[in-house]
Amino acid sequence: MTRTLLLLLAQLGLTLALAPLLPGLINKVKALFAGRVGPPVFQLYFDLAKLLRKQPVFSATTTRAFLAGPAASLAVPVAAALLLPMGGPRAPLGFAGDAIVFAYLFGAARFLVILSALDTGSSFEGMGAAREATFAVLAETALFMGLAALARFSGQVSLGPMLTAAGQGWRLAGGPLALVLAAWAIVFLVENCRIPFDDPNTHLELTMIHEVMVLDHSGPPLALVLYGASLKLWVLGALVVKLCLPLRGPWWIDWPAFLGGMVLLAAAVGVTESVMARLKLRRVSQALIAALVSGTFGFLLLLLQA
Amino acid sequence: MLLPCLYICALLLATLSGVPGLLGARQGGRIATGMLAAAALAGLAVSGGVLYAGQGWRLDLGWALPGARLALGGDPLGAFVLAPVALVPACLSRYAEGYWDGPAHAATAPRLRFFFGLAAGSLIALTAAANAILFLFAWETMALTGFLMITASDQDAAVREAGWVYLVASHTGVLLLFAGFSLLARATGSFALGPLPAGFAATPAGTWAFLLLLAGFALKAGIGPLHVWLPGAHTAAPSHVSAMLSGLLLKMGLLGIIRLVAWFPDPPLWWGGLLTCVGAVSGVMALAFALAQRDLKRMLAYSSIENVSIVALGLGLALAGKSLGLPALVLLGGAGALFHLLNHALLKPLLFMGAGTVLHATGTRDMERLGGLARAMPRTALCFTAGAFGLSALPPLNAFAGEWLLYLGAFHSLQAGGWVGAIAILAGLAVMGALALATFTRACGVVFLGEPRTEVALRAHEPPSSMTGPMTLLLGVCLLLGLCPLLLAPALQRAAEALAPGLPPLRSLAPLGHLSFVAAAALPVAWAAWRIALRLPGRTAGTWDCGYARPTARIQYTATSFSQMLTDAFRWLLAPVERLPRIQGLFPRNARYQMQAPDTLLERGLKPGAAFLAWALSRLRFLQAGHLPIYLLYVVLTLVALLAWTLA
Repeated sequence: MTRTLLLLLAQLGLTLALAPLLPGLINKVKALFAGRVGPPVFQLYFDLAKLLRKQPVFSATTTRAFLAGPAASLAVPVAAALLLPMGGPRAPLGFAGDAIVFAYLFGAARFLVILSALDTGSSFEGMGAAREATFAVLAETALFMGLAALARFSGQVSLGPMLTAAGQGWRLAGGPLALVLAAWAIVFLVENCRIPFDDPNTHLELTMIHEVMVLDHSGPPLALVLYGASLKLWVLGALVVKLCLPLRGPWWIDWPAFLGGMVLLAAAVGVTESVMARLKLRRVSQALIAALVSGTFGFLLLLLQA
Repeated sequence: MLLPCLYICALLLATLSGVPGLLGARQGGRIATGMLAAAALAGLAVSGGVLYAGQGWRLDLGWALPGARLALGGDPLGAFVLAPVALVPACLSRYAEGYWDGPAHAATAPRLRFFFGLAAGSLIALTAAANAILFLFAWETMALTGFLMITASDQDAAVREAGWVYLVASHTGVLLLFAGFSLLARATGSFALGPLPAGFAATPAGTWAFLLLLAGFALKAGIGPLHVWLPGAHTAAPSHVSAMLSGLLLKMGLLGIIRLVAWFPDPPLWWGGLLTCVGAVSGVMALAFALAQRDLKRMLAYSSIENVSIVALGLGLALAGKSLGLPALVLLGGAGALFHLLNHALLKPLLFMGAGTVLHATGTRDMERLGGLARAMPRTALCFTAGAFGLSALPPLNAFAGEWLLYLGAFHSLQAGGWVGAIAILAGLAVMGALALATFTRACGVVFLGEPRTEVALRAHEPPSSMTGPMTLLLGVCLLLGLCPLLLAPALQRAAEALAPGLPPLRSLAPLGHLSFVAAAALPVAWAAWRIALRLPGRTAGTWDCGYARPTARIQYTATSFSQMLTDAFRWLLAPVERLPRIQGLFPRNARYQMQAPDTLLERGLKPGAAFLAWALSRLRFLQAGHLPIYLLYVVLTLVALLAWTLA
């Protein structure tokens, strides 16, 4: 009981404290690639502190639904972080079937963020919301195919045992797991609105998905959105990192290994964003179909193997 | 003896609830609501007694008709369905007091109340009917009162046509059921409904009986491709009747399929596979249609097809588990299907009431003409949006808990090696979940949020509390079931045990209590963030318009544009009727784009097919000469032919 409580507090504390580092790391890598100095790694912390002190501006069109998006984009990754094992093999709140809850929690956040985008009555935000809803059809299915593959491989329906078995099973089933990893990597980039699917940096509304949906938020609600986005990046990144890491040691090996994995992931995202351009809108769904096919192939290969 | 008495009370109260209004009582609506509320309490007590206290009951009386007996059985499956069937009509009747009353509906209101009560009574009867003849009597009562309610505003040609299609489909279904029940009666020797002999499923008669009954029930349930009557009927009916149709009438078809699963002790594997695949395909297709609708109620009707398909998926899983001898699959598939049935029976009436309120306040169902209603009707907007959130199967509402059981079942079937079914369920549910999210965010966003698009939307007003009250009540029940799904576990266990003997405990397979923990982690954070953000001293300005100086409400993203990318992907299925703008010259004139997606199967398949059939059969019209002696000759010839056939 005390162990669970300690694990819960440690995991939650680390997630809440370290998540804003990830975007900073990614930006630093991108800056290095471009030969710039770039903003400091802690830039997002400064931004959040600044935004929290600002007075928000609300559109006269909006209702209370406008704030549902920021609230959900904070609460959902916090709850999801409790379902995911990070450093060790166990999650603070792991149970049979938590994988499905994990995926659907992000659906709940998506619903409310889309509503708060539509609440402004702006056609730009409507456009972003429509794209978000459209791409989720493929991204969610790709995520589920990967989960099905891991469930088949590990014989488990809980994220903790599933990911631990996968992390340790690369020798047994490297090929299929690599396919699942590829699928999830694409899902990770799409869900977190990174290049090549979405550009978190430009402010050209017509080309964007997530950024345009939160265009009208300002002040503390915007801080909630930005902080929530970094938490989501952390939680979904942890899913990808855990898939790759064969963790079985004591906690003082597992946790540093996990954190190292997260840093490597940030570096990989930075490199990807530096060497690739944003895909054309029509190509995004093709890339997502590639993710879906990759996940399904991984699943089928694991079926044949067992 | 208490439970049968309560059941009969509920049955009589519901059936007769519309009578006082017919006899000239001025408070007809209020009396009907009171009687239905009493029926609801009695019905809930019966279903609680059967499901939580484990007291099954039986009532068997003779009847003058051959083969027919007044056999009523309070089994767990029927009792599970009885709970929403008892509760929802009372809510809808209260809603109708505000929605379909007053001088505008003075002529039709008493009639509609009478049929509504009769329909509610027949639904209650169907949950416990244990004799095929009695079942068919109740079934026909339900079907015909349904027709009479759908055609309440029969001065409208579209309503008449929808009623006609409903009547044809309904009677086709009854014919199939007649044939199926006859086959069952031949196998068991009586019209009593109950477990069938082992080995019957493997015989041709067993297969035919299953397929006929499945088709008959699926036609009523509206599982695609047998859904053709559904969108039109739901759109044409008054909103509380649409809610009754979608929430309860469809469920009787599903209850029939659940009973089929329970009756056959040894079904072949392909039955389960068939049901699973049909469920997955029909669910995805229904949502593609839902995404292309501009009509709010039509959109909800297509979403009903999706939800009954999800129940069919679960039942397919249970059937497959039964043939493979895997009790975990039977339990998870059956419990998931029942849970989803209950969820849809609560959430869809809520949404139809919301749509009816919008229609009541603005006079239009066309989403493109609405917008910004949340400010004028905050309570309706909240109820509708929360219901839509729930029906997109998102935590922490109840539909998620039901689908969660189905996902768990799919994962379990993976371990058993049943990968075709598992892919159908996993991919089907994932795609359906995401498409439902797109459908419902589109509806809520376009109707309730943003700026009013037309004058009618601007003039909208909050309805009387008699209309919002029932919505709030149903939402409360849904929230309770979503936050504490464990409350329902004993009922689900007992109802699922009726499907096959020897099931493991639900708690060991599905830790429903943990869903409450997740909700307990997420909700306070969200609530606190929302409350704090609301209190912030903010400044008000216009929406950021990207420098465009003269924004209007017409600029907003519309429902059609919101779903355009997805409907484009389903173009092969939807075959939309489009009016494309032709833009010419340097300074083009106003252009207008319009898209409509009529039901492909009905408009391009069945209606032309039926017209062809009518034309072909008109060639045989010479047989009907109109002379009585010739008809008598036909009778004699037929008798001689039959005699010769039996002797040969």
